[in-house]
Amino acid sequence: MPRICFEDLEEGTVDTFGPRAITREEIIAYASEYDPQPMHLDEEAARHTMLGGLAASGWHTCSFLMRMMYDGYLKDSSAAGSPGVEETRWLKPVRPGTQLTLRRSILDKRVSRSRPGFGVVRFRWELLDEAGVTLTEVTCPILFGLREGGGQ
Amino acid sequence: MTPFDEIAIGDRRELGRYTFTAEDIKRFAQRYDPQPFHLDEEAAAGSIYGGLIASGWHTASVFMKLSVEDRVRMTAEMLARGEKPVMSGPSPGFRNLRWIKPVYAGDTLTYTMEIVGKRELASRPGWGIVFARNTAVNQNGGLVFEFEGSFFVARRTTSSS
Repeated sequence: MPRICFEDLEEGTVDTFGPRAITREEIIAYASEYDPQPMHLDEEAARHTMLGGLAASGWHTCSFLMRMMYDGYLKDSSAAGSPGVEETRWLKPVRPGTQLTLRRSILDKRVSRSRPGFGVVRFRWELLDEAGVTLTEVTCPILFGLREGGGQ
Repeated sequence: MTPFDEIAIGDRRELGRYTFTAEDIKRFAQRYDPQPFHLDEEAAAGSIYGGLIASGWHTASVFMKLSVEDRVRMTAEMLARGEKPVMSGPSPGFRNLRWIKPVYAGDTLTYTMEIVGKRELASRPGWGIVFARNTAVNQNGGLVFEFEGSFFVARRTTSSS
C-alpha cells in the first residue's frame, strides 16, 4: 500500500516542496530538443526578445514542476495520472539559476463515480522564486487510488 | 512567422507527426515524470492503462517541438515568396488541456493548430496575441490531446521606415 492515498490529501491544505535550482544547462538541453526558440537557447539572442534574457520554455517549467511533484509526494502514492490541466499561467520568466519552490494547494477532492476505487484531487501548484514571487501557476486534477477498496 | 495582421481566425496548419517509441517515452519519464506507467512496461501492464504510456508533459512537449519546426518552415516559405516574416514571442499560458486517450508506445500522433481568436495588445504596441485550439490525433484517427493555447506575435513591419 502506498504511503499517500486519496484519503491522505486534505482539502484546503497548503504545503511547499524544494527549493530546487533550475540550471542554465538543463534549460538549454530541454529547449534544444523541444522548444528551440532563441529566448530559451542563447543569452545574447534572448536579450532581444520579449523575455529580455534567457528563460526556460514554459513546457520545460511544467515538466520541471512535474518532477518536483513526483519527488515531493507522488513517488510513494497511489497517483494514477491526470485527465488534463484546467489552466496554466506563465506569469514571469524562469531564469537560469533560480531556486524554485513548489507550493501546493489542495482545492477540493471527490470520489470518482466513473472509476470505482479512485478519487480526483484538484491541485493548484505554484513555482515561486527566492523572493516568493509566483512565476508559474498550474491548476490540475490528479487521480488517486483510495486506501479503502482502492485501485492501483 | 506570419505577422499578426495576416493571421486569420479559422487558419489551420498541420504541424507534423511524431512516433512515441518506448525508448523515447522512458527517456522523457526518467528526467521529468518517473511514474511507473511511464517508465516500466511490467508495472504499466498492471496499471489502469494496461501498458507503457507517454507522460502527458511529453505529449505536450512534442506539440511545442513540432510547432517551432512549423514556424521555421513558415518563415522559409515567406522568405521564398519575398515576404517579410516577423518574430513570434512567448506564451502567457493555456487552458483546458485534455489528455483524452493515453499515448501508448508505438503510437504516431498528428498535431494540428487552428486559430480561434486574436487581438491587439494595448499594453505592447507592435504586438498582438493569438489564440489557437491545438489537437493531436493518433494513427486510428482518435483525438488524444487538445488544449487552448495562446502566443504573442509581432505586427507587420512597415516598409516606409
